[in-house]
Amino acid sequence: MKLRKVSAAAAAALVLSITATACGGDGDSDSGSGSGGGDKIKIGIKYDQPGLGLKEPDGTFSGFDVDVATYVAKELGYDADQIDFVETKSADRENALARGDVKLIAATYSITDERKQKVDFAGPYLLAHQDLLVKTDSDITEATDLNGKNLCSVVGSTSAQNVHDDFAPKANLKENSTYSECISSLQNGTVDALTTDDSILAGYAAQAQYKGKFKLAGLKLSNENYGIGVKKGDTETVNKVNAALEKMVSSKAWDKAVADNFGPANYKNEPAPKIGVIVK
Amino acid sequence: MSSVLYDAPGPRAKRRNVVLSVVFVALLALLVWFVWDAMDGKGQLEWALWKPFTESNAWSTYLLPGLANTLKAAALAMVIALPLGAVFGISRLSDHLSVRLPAAWVVEFFRAIPVLLLMLFANEFYDRWTNVTTEQRPIYAVVTGLVLYNASVLAEIVRAGILALPKGQSEAAMAIGLRKNQTMRTILLPQAVTAMLPAIVSQLVVIVKDTALGGVMIGFTELLNARGTLAANYGNPIPSFVIVAIIYIILNFILTSFASWLEQRLRRSKKGTGAVLSADEVEELNPAAVQGSFGTGAGGTI
Amino acid sequence: MFDFLSDYNDPSLLGAFWMTVKLTAVSGLGSLIWGTLLAAMRVSPVPLMRGFGTAYVNIVRNIPLTVIIIFTSLGLADVFGVTLGASDFKVQGFRLAILGLVGYTAAFVCEAIRSGINTVPMGQAEAARAIGLTFSQTLRLIILPQAFRSVIGPLANVLIALTKNTTVAAAIGVAEAAYLMKAMIENEAQTLLIGAIFAFGFVVLTLPTGLFLGWLSKRLAVKR
Repeated sequence: MKLRKVSAAAAAALVLSITATACGGDGDSDSGSGSGGGDKIKIGIKYDQPGLGLKEPDGTFSGFDVDVATYVAKELGYDADQIDFVETKSADRENALARGDVKLIAATYSITDERKQKVDFAGPYLLAHQDLLVKTDSDITEATDLNGKNLCSVVGSTSAQNVHDDFAPKANLKENSTYSECISSLQNGTVDALTTDDSILAGYAAQAQYKGKFKLAGLKLSNENYGIGVKKGDTETVNKVNAALEKMVSSKAWDKAVADNFGPANYKNEPAPKIGVIVK
Repeated sequence: MSSVLYDAPGPRAKRRNVVLSVVFVALLALLVWFVWDAMDGKGQLEWALWKPFTESNAWSTYLLPGLANTLKAAALAMVIALPLGAVFGISRLSDHLSVRLPAAWVVEFFRAIPVLLLMLFANEFYDRWTNVTTEQRPIYAVVTGLVLYNASVLAEIVRAGILALPKGQSEAAMAIGLRKNQTMRTILLPQAVTAMLPAIVSQLVVIVKDTALGGVMIGFTELLNARGTLAANYGNPIPSFVIVAIIYIILNFILTSFASWLEQRLRRSKKGTGAVLSADEVEELNPAAVQGSFGTGAGGTI
Repeated sequence: MFDFLSDYNDPSLLGAFWMTVKLTAVSGLGSLIWGTLLAAMRVSPVPLMRGFGTAYVNIVRNIPLTVIIIFTSLGLADVFGVTLGASDFKVQGFRLAILGLVGYTAAFVCEAIRSGINTVPMGQAEAARAIGLTFSQTLRLIILPQAFRSVIGPLANVLIALTKNTTVAAAIGVAEAAYLMKAMIENEAQTLLIGAIFAFGFVVLTLPTGLFLGWLSKRLAVKR
């Protein structure tokens, strides 16, 4: 008697969930085939970096990486509505390209020797530097000022490793898991400065809720050459993307994108980098 | 009402309880005030930080799609892991070494590897050896990782449940001429599952929470991951964590309440099987009471 | 293929896993103590304590550990000023991580011990009461010693889960295994290989724990 109840309950639960998931599955495969049918391009971006790649509350995407990607895609023959933006986490960027999940990646992707062994890069399309974000009234102007001060960065990031190894070994480094959390620590006074690429910092400083509260220190602690990641060996796409980037710079669309996304932060950007020239 | 461990409270004990309660409530109020004051001092109570949660965009763009993915992955993982766990649990008790040993190895191995890495490897596996579409692959990988780990833990729970049953059960089954397979299927497993329900529920709660690992590396947009995107937009990490924690608490509370309802239905006729706590007291204390069982709850992350 | 491993000294691979072991050991001990106290509260004669224990377990168990650990740093330390006597963020992170891990794991330890209490036959408690032992004597001398012996297996599960859960401490900058893994993935562009190295490390840590405690649970099982 008891057994029957148990198995009846289990069976009911099983049937319910299978039908439920089957429905879900149908819906998904429909949308999947829909997007696969037309010619769309998949581009990997960040979803959580204001000024570079951000998913807005209305579901659209904004940021410099997004603008560059949209321009490049247009040159490759894809309209804005033919682009599928996909979130690519830092850890997954090389694999996502290798697997063919995305055609291009424009996600604060610095060109390094280690990465070049796994993927090909077009660009660079932006030269960023490691910098500090401080409160508007802060007196930190140099990297050495950081010794003895509280500094925030993101776990595992190269900026955190640089601070540690090179320019301010005596800084008290707090590592959070995202930049938003670092900003929160900076705002409530737990830390005196936040360090990472100036482009990322400018994006945060330009956000409406932080406007006027923070400034960039303007230090050039490292060179980060942002490139567009392409599957290893796909020279044709690399060349096309490079041509598109050159056109973007020469047509001034590049300057407009910089002004749109970083302008409010008083960000003194470097001139557009030359394609294929990597500043070490 | 009262437990075997102590007497029903007399007049003095009752008075003492009242005093203790008053002191505790006072302390609690003090703590709430302290929390409120500190958050206010650090500007965390500003309406701008909390306002997004009263608007539909924050929910429709970030939280609800994330929640939907969390629920979908958790439901799938539960439906697959439960029977698989039972199979492995029973296999580990098999009389044949050729069944027992591989089952033991599988369970020990998958219990030892961090779930996050299982998901990473599963993602790669589906890409290389199957033709799952790119859109579907993250959820496949997440469910696979969750199933492998949780089926192993559930296997241990089921095994412990079967071993904890009185020997008389299987002896009686043998005496009336049931085969081993029949004994297991019709006598031992139903009782073990009923007894182990609280521990099993703990593990289901873990499944719900561990879906969050899919967002760390392989780009599965679940609730916790969606929170990150939301916080980047509105610049409100602390409020967003509070809201998401509340959603998880409610979600898991519904799950545990449902399970305890199920448990009571299944247990109806067997009140207080050698339990120190009396049945109705457990009922009153805890929706997901652990009763006569080996609560494990290998609460996992990574 | 593995030569990049020698580029990492702060922490090194072994150093990172040593930190994992330290986190596991300290928070394992801490959560055993706090979990036992919680279990005692949940079966105690004082309604208030029972209520507290129940509420604690049901709330803490239902929140993802990541949220709890990040709360210790963003909430406790930043907002409420609970820095645990450390101004150096490395030390502070370690202590906060242990606090978070103990708070979380204790909920699971409590439930495991409570099931252990349930496996002790009613007669044991009745006999203890009959010879005039008080509640705390009954619990300390009669019930808990037997309960512990019957839940070594489930506690082993909790310990294994804890070992892997220490990786969440990376979220607040504790230099343990997952922290090093993140740094390596960022620099080396070899996610799968690095993942395999760390998966192997965790198997090395947890398999022996599981096997040893499994053996111990058989040895110490209460013969009834």
